[in-house]
Amino acid sequence: MALPAVKGSELRKKCVQVGPATWEIPPDAKPGMRVPARIYATPELLAQMDDGVFEQITNVAMLPGIVERAFCMPDGHWGYGFPIGGMAAMDPDHGVISPGGIGFDINCGMRLVRTNLVYDEIREHIRTLVDALYRRVPAGVGAHGLLKLTDDEFAEVAVQGARWCVAHGYGWPEDLERTEEGGAISGADPSKVSRRALERGRTQVGTLGSGNHYLEIQIVKPEHIFDPAAAAIMGIDRPYQVVIMFHCGSRGFGHQIASDYVQQFAPLMEKKWGIVLPDRDLACAPFRSPEGQAYFAAMKCGINMSFANRQVILHRVREVFSEVFHRDPRELGLEMVYDVCHNTAKLEEHEVGGQRRKLLVHRKGATRAFAPGMTDVPAAYREIGQPVIIGGSMETGSYLLRGVPTGKQAFFTTAHGSGRTMSRHAAKKQFRGKELEQQLAARGIYVRSVSYGGLAEEAGAAYKNIDAVVAATTEAGLSLPVVRFTPVGNVKG
Amino acid sequence: MPFRWLEDAPVSDAGFEAWGQTVEECFRSAGDALLALMVANPEAVRDLEERSVAVEHTDLELLLVRFLEELLYYKDAEQLLLRVRHCSISLDTEPLRATALLSGEKIDRDRHWLSADVKAVTLHRLSVRHEEDRWVATVVVDL
Repeated sequence: MALPAVKGSELRKKCVQVGPATWEIPPDAKPGMRVPARIYATPELLAQMDDGVFEQITNVAMLPGIVERAFCMPDGHWGYGFPIGGMAAMDPDHGVISPGGIGFDINCGMRLVRTNLVYDEIREHIRTLVDALYRRVPAGVGAHGLLKLTDDEFAEVAVQGARWCVAHGYGWPEDLERTEEGGAISGADPSKVSRRALERGRTQVGTLGSGNHYLEIQIVKPEHIFDPAAAAIMGIDRPYQVVIMFHCGSRGFGHQIASDYVQQFAPLMEKKWGIVLPDRDLACAPFRSPEGQAYFAAMKCGINMSFANRQVILHRVREVFSEVFHRDPRELGLEMVYDVCHNTAKLEEHEVGGQRRKLLVHRKGATRAFAPGMTDVPAAYREIGQPVIIGGSMETGSYLLRGVPTGKQAFFTTAHGSGRTMSRHAAKKQFRGKELEQQLAARGIYVRSVSYGGLAEEAGAAYKNIDAVVAATTEAGLSLPVVRFTPVGNVKG
Repeated sequence: MPFRWLEDAPVSDAGFEAWGQTVEECFRSAGDALLALMVANPEAVRDLEERSVAVEHTDLELLLVRFLEELLYYKDAEQLLLRVRHCSISLDTEPLRATALLSGEKIDRDRHWLSADVKAVTLHRLSVRHEEDRWVATVVVDL
């Protein structure tokens, strides 16, 4: 039985402000909603959100087993099933797992690397560095990595994630301590992954991908260190310090895992489990069903492949910097600050109504932001809270934030990026890649891209204002800014 | 070109409408559209290698998804850019079945103007329909 649809423009009108930068759509706004839908945004960001966000986050509120609320972060925009920026915690015994709540790019995430270098030391070498990174970290359509893996080795990567890489010389043991889940989530089972997915991913470890994925050299202007004590603990300790940030995921491997299970779940939902939802992209399975458990185990392979992908990229970054500066990467201080996931579903323990409960937390284009003292925060950061890395457009800059106790309201979740406001199609019509490259060069940002069309699509004006997104997370009490970074070199797919 | 881009595709992604006189031509046009999303000069892709495809599904729309996913598979697993040559679809079998001969070549960054890497073919707005004298498919892909 189909549920009557309610237009996004109507739902937008039903948003009620319930706190600073916090809005809610009550469950009576649309038939089938089980819980309220909460959107974090300033009035300006709320106005910029497309109608799809309101339709989709209220659809999420209909999912069986959802606990407390459906959430959308300030960078929210339309996605498949869930909006990008969507988050939902499910009761694992009575709730569902949905690939649309995780995204096609499983464990797409951000990694941040500090250095002992300052801008003056690299200024003359920016082109050399970016060109070398462009060669060593393949990007774009069908890019394959320099790492040649057999089928068996790739299956090991899917289970061991970044741990496999460190054990095989691609990284340092301490990198793992600074990666969410220690770089390898337990319970991954490659036998639940299709042959097609394994073959799509096997050659792609150490590649960037395309779209909004990038690798950037950035600097820290002194006026952009907002929390010097926390920054120092995270290794950001000098003005004009150079850092490297990159954004990528599980490549064709994760994409195929998601596609396979969406196609498996869609025809079964109503027939087998009696789940009726207004959007086929919200395909889901009861978490405890064999199908739900198979997807969970396959999805974890995607999580691990993505950790391995970013680990190998880190290794390439160290190689390139070491070659260009003729110094050991340790001497250059190329230490990882942190690696965060922003497309996952994980079992986490949270307090609900005064009781500790295990929940299946879906975050899609949303970052975990654990507070000071929480056990999954690496020991080095336990006093200040989990680092959160937020990528902006290649023109504007990026942020390092930290989790706070008030993040409890959203199961310790915050934004992941700036969020698009203009379609790729429109951006390509409005901007020219070549011109953009020249404009960026004039502003001191050297860009290497596989595609001028792709570059145009990523123009800063196609995105929300990253400063506004971060300010909204601060106002709402989800996270606090530590440092803002300014790009000086960029590799994109 | 027997396809057009969707102006109102989702902000982060892209979509197309592809058509043909027969369902086979429609599938082939959809393959051409997918290739044109990834390579700005698809005419530069030469026919140097051949691959074949055989997919099944009970649903015609999901059959198209599976069919297009094969092109993504060869792009990632073998770095091949492929065009659909001969295509045959049986609409009166259970499950429905599509077979095709593909031809193309390895990605060459000097000759192929690469654009967006397609992550996945989604179910969003997905449709394959018979309209008067032609078949039309609407497809949205995740970039």
